[in-house]
Amino acid sequence: MPITNDLPRTSDDGAGAARAPAAGGRVAAADPMRPAPYRVLGNKAQTHDSFTLTLEPLDPTGTLTFAPGQFNMLYVPGAGEAAVSMSGCAGTVRQVEHTVRAVGRVSRLLQRCRRGDVVGLRGPFGTPWPVPLAEGHDVVLVAGGIGLAPLRPALCHMLQHRRRFGRVALLFGARSPGDILFAREIESWRGRFDVEVEVIVDRGDQDWYGLVGVVTNLVPRVQFDPAHTVAFICGPEVMMHFSVRELERRGVPLARCWVSMERNMKCGVGFCGHCQFGPTFVCRDGPVFRYDRVAAWLALREA
Amino acid sequence: MQTLEPIVAELPLFKGLKPEHITLISGCASNARYDAGTFVGREGHPAEKFWVLREGRMALQIHAPGRGPITILTLGENDAVGWSWLVPPYRLRFDIHVVQTTRALVFDGKCLRGKFANDHELGYEMMVRFSSILMRRLDAMSLQLLDLYGDHHADHE
Repeated sequence: MPITNDLPRTSDDGAGAARAPAAGGRVAAADPMRPAPYRVLGNKAQTHDSFTLTLEPLDPTGTLTFAPGQFNMLYVPGAGEAAVSMSGCAGTVRQVEHTVRAVGRVSRLLQRCRRGDVVGLRGPFGTPWPVPLAEGHDVVLVAGGIGLAPLRPALCHMLQHRRRFGRVALLFGARSPGDILFAREIESWRGRFDVEVEVIVDRGDQDWYGLVGVVTNLVPRVQFDPAHTVAFICGPEVMMHFSVRELERRGVPLARCWVSMERNMKCGVGFCGHCQFGPTFVCRDGPVFRYDRVAAWLALREA
Repeated sequence: MQTLEPIVAELPLFKGLKPEHITLISGCASNARYDAGTFVGREGHPAEKFWVLREGRMALQIHAPGRGPITILTLGENDAVGWSWLVPPYRLRFDIHVVQTTRALVFDGKCLRGKFANDHELGYEMMVRFSSILMRRLDAMSLQLLDLYGDHHADHE
């Protein structure tokens, strides 16, 4: 796929007045609708359909500041944009990681990107995981499928500042053993004594000696103090809904459960309305929401 | 000989039961250890027991011709395994494969059914507890059926 440095400029349609990211993260360009050119430094396959891109701004002094849970719009020239969460450790970075599942036109093109290709990047956008709120609490991270990607920066932060948090548990559900993202990293997390990691697959195979079942089955398996626990959950909506129910069953208050919503995002700045979710826009008011504030709309059936 | 009552009383399945009921249930229980790789039950065989795992792992498997054994659920510490002893025709519906060496309490199904029939209060209380676990299993299995992480996501691009 020929990807060139020749990024077309999108017109300023007033979206520049949009709210700055709640994380206080610096918006990469003055105009949030204008992609900045980034070079692909690497493209690492995670599973048969997921991969991690490492990008670096062409601007030799350029950096990206973001908080865990925020996302970028990645632009493939001539094809379009896709909203993708950063999956590497958060902060101010020169090299930024995005883990993508190839499910649509743009993400399939991104999958074919090779070192040296140039893509456009806008953002960071959206609300982050409320990591500071979790300080002093036990933390349960529940991830389903590609949902592990937006949680990875939160876990990275917690491991870097381990003393600020109580018990930390990661519960990860995948479709099959071959669909486990960050498999090596998960192994290394499992080797630590200060984080509890449980992985479960919907379908095992003959070589799989791990757990089989749904991710909600993992909730009773890990230790946390429900009254002092904060949960971050990311995955398909049904999975998030049932995970919250299971956490609630163990006594975690709904107001301490946070979910990351996925919607059809276009502009990224609450302007176009593609990602409307109840009275909110996922790109601007989310993607991270407190569960009890969105539970009513989660239950709505969409046409 | 050390009685199993204190151990039975601490299992989540039986927690909060009256002491006399714990005594009745413990009368049907014994300790067991199973080696990895063995089967404690085969689909279609008489279902005479159920297990509450104390340590280790068991897998419920279906054997599909041409596809080999398919694990549909794994169970670990404090999980109860086996329900077919509860209702006629008392035949196992899955293979029960010991994946890791397992220590468990084994309960004699026929013995328990007898106690439930003689003491309806205990029988009712246990049916509520079993139903609650079965409902959660059913919930979980519905989620598995949805194939949550499959390729049917809307194309958000």
